[in-house]
Amino acid sequence: MTRKLLLGNEAIAHGAIKAGIRVATAYPGTPSTEVFSTLINFAEEFDFHAEWCVNEKVALEIAYGAAISGARSLVSMKQVGLNVAADPLLTGTYLGVKGGLVIVVADDPGPHSSQTEQDTRNFANFAKVPVFDPADPQEALDMTIEAFNISERYHLPVILRPTTRVCHVCQDVNIPETYFTSPKARFEKGSDYVIFPNVSRRKHSDLIDTLQNISEDFSTSAFNLTEGEDDRGIVCSGVSYYYVKEALQRLQVKPAVLKIGTPYPFPDKLVTSFIKDKQSLLVVEELDPVLENEIFRLVGKTGIKTELHGKNDRLVPGVGELNVDLVEKVIATWLGKSLPEMSVAEKPELPARAPILCAGCPHRASFYAIRKAAGKKSDVVFTGDIGCYTLGTMPPLSAVDTCLCMGASITEAQGIGRAEPGRKTIAVLGDSTFYHTGIPGLINAVYNQYPLTLVILDNSTTAMTGFQPHPGTGQTAMGEEVPIVDMVKLIEGCGVKSIKIVDPVNLKAAVQAVKESLDYQEPSVVIMKRECINLPGHKAASNPVFVDEQKCRDCGLCVTEIGCPALVMEKGQKPRVFETCVGCGLCVEVCPFDAIQGGGR
Amino acid sequence: MDIIMCGVGGQGTVLASRVLGDTAMKQGFQVRTSEIIGMSQREGSVVSQVRIGHDLNGPLIPDQAADFFLGFELAESVRNLEKLGPQGIAIVNTQKIVPPSCYLGASSYNEPALLDYLQKQVPTLILIDALELARQAGNLKAVSAVMLGAFSAVYSEIAAAEIANELIEKLPEKLKDINTRAFELGKTYAEG
Repeated sequence: MTRKLLLGNEAIAHGAIKAGIRVATAYPGTPSTEVFSTLINFAEEFDFHAEWCVNEKVALEIAYGAAISGARSLVSMKQVGLNVAADPLLTGTYLGVKGGLVIVVADDPGPHSSQTEQDTRNFANFAKVPVFDPADPQEALDMTIEAFNISERYHLPVILRPTTRVCHVCQDVNIPETYFTSPKARFEKGSDYVIFPNVSRRKHSDLIDTLQNISEDFSTSAFNLTEGEDDRGIVCSGVSYYYVKEALQRLQVKPAVLKIGTPYPFPDKLVTSFIKDKQSLLVVEELDPVLENEIFRLVGKTGIKTELHGKNDRLVPGVGELNVDLVEKVIATWLGKSLPEMSVAEKPELPARAPILCAGCPHRASFYAIRKAAGKKSDVVFTGDIGCYTLGTMPPLSAVDTCLCMGASITEAQGIGRAEPGRKTIAVLGDSTFYHTGIPGLINAVYNQYPLTLVILDNSTTAMTGFQPHPGTGQTAMGEEVPIVDMVKLIEGCGVKSIKIVDPVNLKAAVQAVKESLDYQEPSVVIMKRECINLPGHKAASNPVFVDEQKCRDCGLCVTEIGCPALVMEKGQKPRVFETCVGCGLCVEVCPFDAIQGGGR
Repeated sequence: MDIIMCGVGGQGTVLASRVLGDTAMKQGFQVRTSEIIGMSQREGSVVSQVRIGHDLNGPLIPDQAADFFLGFELAESVRNLEKLGPQGIAIVNTQKIVPPSCYLGASSYNEPALLDYLQKQVPTLILIDALELARQAGNLKAVSAVMLGAFSAVYSEIAAAEIANELIEKLPEKLKDINTRAFELGKTYAEG
């Protein structure tokens, strides 16, 4: 047994290694990314294949293909990634697997960095996939190993669903020494892996029986535990279990507690025996009332009489994260106890500190060019996408009017233009997002002859999630050099006739390219090509800009036009350049009086 | 022992919390740390929480419960001050990181009011110019080493040398000397 301080995501990776995975795939997404980036470091030593995939659907299908060949496989993604991968998940669950398949899907109550607060436990229920819900990194590791066992025992994919406060929490974790050795993988022809309506009907029926058996199994699972005896009971799951424990210690009350680590298929037997003698129940869980609704179902099924409190009666908030303070208040209300008021002296005004594009970020230049090309008071709709560049919505750039989901910039633009003929649109997305789900939308524009203006912000990486390579970078997860999937040829192949490549910091050329694209009557693409300044290996600028105070006429445009965090101007003073300046030179181009000099590499 | 670290993305709060976590674990304590990784790293507000002890619960520290409060930036310290317990010790870096919103007129950064608030609200407050000490040590990015050094001077459960060693171990060769100096400068300042 080795003891190490591990991030929850690292713990999951270590669990997968101990479980003997042969294939690992992923598309990055906060808070799931470090599961796979940890696995990469061990792939050679433990002789398994690891690859970043172009999107979650592809990643799941590859892991599934490996699993039906008998290889233990793991795929990881964030919760909205599972929406993209829904198709193979639902059918794959009918058809089943041979080697264990564990799908790590990280939920993000809050949300801290996600589009939705969707609850993967509900997705699991919908897709009829067993799900484990860890409360801390240690449990995440242990559950990963058990998830592989369950997956192989019942020939089903299994979801491990950590939340942000498991993924991004460090804990002193015990890593077991035992290591599962997978049998050699071989796809057996003639097995049942072709979906067909008649096959589907049979498989669906088997699946329902299997889930019944797993529910029985889960009723004795070590991940579900009961503490204390009382006629009042709290049912909880995930990290909420710890909030409940701490709140009970602070309140010095001792209702019985049932922690559920296997929310689907619901461990009916265990929960029935817990609730049958309870006069009142409180369910404490983040996101959807999943356990609560299951208990409603059980109450209906068994006729047990008990009070049931939680999200349905709004005692527990229906949105956002829980924490000890919140849970303490909820339990106090439930038990009719009063809490001492906590007073905080009124604070002075605090500066708003939203995340912003980094100093020298090429996206700032691109958005500025797009705004310039569209004209100051223009009515052009900017459809945006998912990545660092969603921050282009912030003033003063204000060049993102919509953001829906990966790849939707290209297709939303088409919808808006179709609904309002003549209204100009500019779709903006990054390189990784383009490869992820942008391409079908582009083909659709060509096919249906929509005069799309698409700007691809090509910074040669997947920056938001920590600089993962993608097909356009010529590097794999393992660092191998591979042929680049040429973006220009790809776009040409889709039938786009006008493709321009510009460096966004070359402002005049960038503005001109977008203008021409807007005037073009057919689909056209502008690739704004400049490397992310934070890319590891990117050379720091040796030439930051400086202000020539003789020439500066205090107009302030350098600050108000682009909002770079490295350039500030206090009232009555000349602009000041911070050490964070990387010398991209955008402000040099913006200044009408040549008062900013230097920059450039 | 509950420790809050807050600041602005890029200041090194994640590094500092990992250093403390690893040091404490090696001393036989249980550890929980919680970090916010992702979009906030782009110069947004960040908070790391570190819990060290035995029979620990979850990773989040309740309001007014932190024994130690390490504010890496002035305004962020005020923003998160409700985490500090009534008997707690706060070490606050007086460094200002003024967000662009202030230069665009969307909000303001009132330094005297922020300082005044801290001085009135915190009985045990150590104000430290960690940026200046980092500059003296040789690198502006050594702010987190200064803060860890200052913390080691007021935290008695783990020897300062253990924390310093863990920090140095985590850094590349060329940054070791600078950060050792920064740690010592922070420690000496907080002891004084």
